[in-house]
Amino acid sequence: MAIDKHEIDKLSRLARLSVSEEDSADVADRITRILDLVDQLQAVDTTGVAPMSHPLDAVQRLRADEVTELNQREAFQAVAPNAEQGLYLVPKVIE
Amino acid sequence: MHQLTVAQIAQGLREKHFSSVEITQHYLDRIAAKDDSIRAYITVCPERALAQAAAADARLAAGNAGALTGVPIAHKDIFCTKGVKTTCASKMLDNFIAPYDATVVENLDRAGTVMLGKTNMDEFAMGSSNETSFYGTPRNPWDQERVAGGSSGGSAAAVAAQLAPIASGTDTGGSIRQPASLCGLSGIKPTYGRVSRWGMIAFASSLDQGGVIARNAEDAALMLQDMASHDAKDSTNSGQPIDDFGATLNDSLQGKRIGIPKQYFGAGLDTETGNAVQAALEQYRAMGAELIEIDLPHTELAVPAYYVIAPAEASANLSRFDGVRYGHRCDNPTDLMDLYMRSRAEGFGDEVKRRIMVGAYALSAGYYDAYFRKAQQVRRLISQDFQQAFADVDFIAGPTCPQPAFKLGEKTSDPVAMYLEDIYTIPVSLAGLPAMSIPCGTSHGLPVGLQLIGRHFDETGVLQLAHQYQRATDWHTRTPAGLE
Amino acid sequence: MSWETVIGLEVHVQLATQSKIFSGSSTAFGAEPNTQASAVDLALPGTLPVPNAKAFEYAVMFGLAVNAEIGTTSHFERKNYFYPDLPKGYQTTQLEQPIVGAGYVDLNLSEGRTKRVRIHHAHLEEDAGKSLHEDFHGMSGIDLNRAGTPLIEIVSEPDMSNAEEAVAFAKQLHAIVTSLGICDGEMAQGSMRFDVNISVRRPGEPLGTRTETKNLNSFRFMEEAIKLEVERQIDVLEDGGKINQETRLYNGDTKKARAMRSKEEANDYRYFPCPDLLPVILDEGYVERVRQNIPELPDQRAARFVSDYQLSDYDAGILAADRQLSAYFEAAANNGQAKLCANWIMGDISASLNTSDMSINTCPVTPEQLAGLVARIADDTISNKQAKKVFELMWSDGGSADEIIEKHGMKQVSDTGALEQIVDEVLASKPQEVANYLAAEESKRKKMMGAFMGPIMQATKGQANPGMVNKILAQKLNALAK
Repeated sequence: MAIDKHEIDKLSRLARLSVSEEDSADVADRITRILDLVDQLQAVDTTGVAPMSHPLDAVQRLRADEVTELNQREAFQAVAPNAEQGLYLVPKVIE
Repeated sequence: MHQLTVAQIAQGLREKHFSSVEITQHYLDRIAAKDDSIRAYITVCPERALAQAAAADARLAAGNAGALTGVPIAHKDIFCTKGVKTTCASKMLDNFIAPYDATVVENLDRAGTVMLGKTNMDEFAMGSSNETSFYGTPRNPWDQERVAGGSSGGSAAAVAAQLAPIASGTDTGGSIRQPASLCGLSGIKPTYGRVSRWGMIAFASSLDQGGVIARNAEDAALMLQDMASHDAKDSTNSGQPIDDFGATLNDSLQGKRIGIPKQYFGAGLDTETGNAVQAALEQYRAMGAELIEIDLPHTELAVPAYYVIAPAEASANLSRFDGVRYGHRCDNPTDLMDLYMRSRAEGFGDEVKRRIMVGAYALSAGYYDAYFRKAQQVRRLISQDFQQAFADVDFIAGPTCPQPAFKLGEKTSDPVAMYLEDIYTIPVSLAGLPAMSIPCGTSHGLPVGLQLIGRHFDETGVLQLAHQYQRATDWHTRTPAGLE
Repeated sequence: MSWETVIGLEVHVQLATQSKIFSGSSTAFGAEPNTQASAVDLALPGTLPVPNAKAFEYAVMFGLAVNAEIGTTSHFERKNYFYPDLPKGYQTTQLEQPIVGAGYVDLNLSEGRTKRVRIHHAHLEEDAGKSLHEDFHGMSGIDLNRAGTPLIEIVSEPDMSNAEEAVAFAKQLHAIVTSLGICDGEMAQGSMRFDVNISVRRPGEPLGTRTETKNLNSFRFMEEAIKLEVERQIDVLEDGGKINQETRLYNGDTKKARAMRSKEEANDYRYFPCPDLLPVILDEGYVERVRQNIPELPDQRAARFVSDYQLSDYDAGILAADRQLSAYFEAAANNGQAKLCANWIMGDISASLNTSDMSINTCPVTPEQLAGLVARIADDTISNKQAKKVFELMWSDGGSADEIIEKHGMKQVSDTGALEQIVDEVLASKPQEVANYLAAEESKRKKMMGAFMGPIMQATKGQANPGMVNKILAQKLNALAK
């Protein structure tokens, strides 16, 4: 399936990745090639085949409800690009 | 000293032929001298390594050392290391120091291994040539004009150039086996769930699996033994008993049944590679194994299915890199949207961005059923192919890659050409099976890998198969010229 | 022509687990920002989720309490969107196979009406963090302490047709989750939050376009918001306009609502099964064990209050709706004065709690203190008026009713001899009034007794037992009349 510039625009906003005007055509071309590859799937009859999310038929283990984590704010915020008074700062959130 | 295998180093340490500090210093010196051209490492940590080595020497002296205590190793830079930069070869994490260790790192630290440094890789493990790294491309020690493979290319280059005796890697669609194949090494991807994924930065969660790149199967068994664990922090980590992986290394292969999938020898396979693999299979026959042709009918659908599933999972896994809590953040964001759009566009390289967008596309409204759901259904068909085959055979064998190492830049212009590099490794990943690549000859003077695939959790059998071959042949002992 | 309103609710209930749904961080409310956000909650690279068993147990308890099918196989999906309070860039939630399937609750409405509201399903998911909008150099601050707190999201069918029913449904859910002990029910802290889907239509016509008013955290706001939105929609439609499908916010202070700035052009959440988590299988035995341990539900408790304590249906319903309130009541009512205790709890205690913005958990008057107070009312030691004074002192300074009565000399004078003497003295001091009384017609006499009551109470400094004074006074006056 061919992807056009408009679709790249939409995807770039959905995935939060800006794509410059000049790169857009090239990105569209490469993604189109990838989609052409995966389009081979369409020819397969998968009627009645259960989707497989996980390679083993394993079952989830559950954890006991215990507080095991201590406050490590200082260590975690040491790698933060912008933190103040214990908060992560971002451009104004407008609802 | 750098020609020793891990087993020999361990023995040398126990018999006091040299200390851990001595062999660690030796490797650090080699890295300093040679890694400028090989670029196997992103980060080398001499002080930390020498401190670990000194502690290991103390343990060796006190008599409470484990099998690998004092042995220098390298970790792929996808495993988080407390206090040492973990970049995933991305600008996004250029400044990231994890406040915790990956379980794999913790396990191997506890075993007393010495971490020389963190190895180069494709950015976020997305690539088959290591050319997507933010830190430059490692060179294939056999021919420095060629790629070392990917995504664990730095680990393979380091071991092949003898800048580390052994290294960890991760494999999502072939990222251990393919570079091992291209660099003439023995690389094992265990069963999905065998090795904890905690602290291993996720690419595609249902496929990612940690493993080992070594010079031979015996060494791989030793390191895997200390790497595998039951980890309550990883829900997908298996509770299967952790076998003694080296238990049957020396057992005969008499009567073992090896399946040869006809789909692995079709068009696209380089002739000399095919010949080398055929010769290796004949060697197995000579050792008493039975070769049986098998059918894996959905093989050619594996790459398309993989390139829906892996990017889809990655598109979500990589959403956390948003410039808010860690990692790259753009300068002076004007608003929230700008912060996200630019931080991510600046922090990620082109291949990562492509895969995120493909993944977002495959999951988006109106396309989910046609792409993602379909790919998951095909995944089951591929998995069933293997299950049926394993009803008749103990192992499956074939080439690891369609061809030997290619030239730098040869495949960067066409993502699809690069993806087809993993045509024989991807089906195995989709099925979650343990598999290994071992050197079995050359093509155009470059190493060729033989892929050995086992039943779920039969790493022991796969390692036995590899080791028996290595007892009878010497491909695994060959080293590239010019790096003595 | 009239309009019909169609209302459906989505209710987020924070589960009262100690730790988060996918990490071992504390869920305690009110900690310093980001001190309860672990590597998993912050979505640091390489971190992985492991689900909390208690969250599943609580969700199953809820399911059983609303007569729902339990999903013995459930799994989690990722719901993808970018927002700074969502560290992973996706919310881990359940879509295809939720833990709780279809169920229902029955509501008791005013004038004895009842209504069944169907529950479509309820699923487990993680809460997001909070954006703080105070000004940090023109930026917002992100606190991720709440991120990863376990929630069940309860999705009703659009079965409600006015604010009363919606509020009754919300209150019933509150009563159920607090009775089960799976939620602390503290609405002001956001422990329960309501999203209301509202549409209107002409009778017999297909459903109208709906709006969603998000994040209402009090029953009163919910009622106000629904009424406001229904009015707005009708106004728009009657003016020939069109309803936009939108998300709205209601401001309880200004009593106004507005459309939210839409987060994205169109939300495309790209749900898919979370590959870091496996299917959760709960067998029949597990569900049965949870069923055995379900505490008494509000309806069952109300019925018991009626039969055991002879409360009215109304009183029983109010007390039984809240587990803590019920526990308080039962602790006080074991003195045999259940009705009186119930009145005090629903009256003075509730009013005082309201005024001081406290809950029954933090009530300064213990059930034992209340029982002591009520006992002294019942045995006529103090009057109701005195009781109010005792209660005030109890609230502010503590102490038992007996101690307070003693200390402040508030004992009601019930000594017949002493009272008779005072009555005699007062009558003697008011001959004219006595003469007037005796001359009056029978029917007017009762009213005229007030002329003596005041002075008698004054003489006893208000401590005379009014009932006894009345009785004695009547006897004495009647004797004089003869």
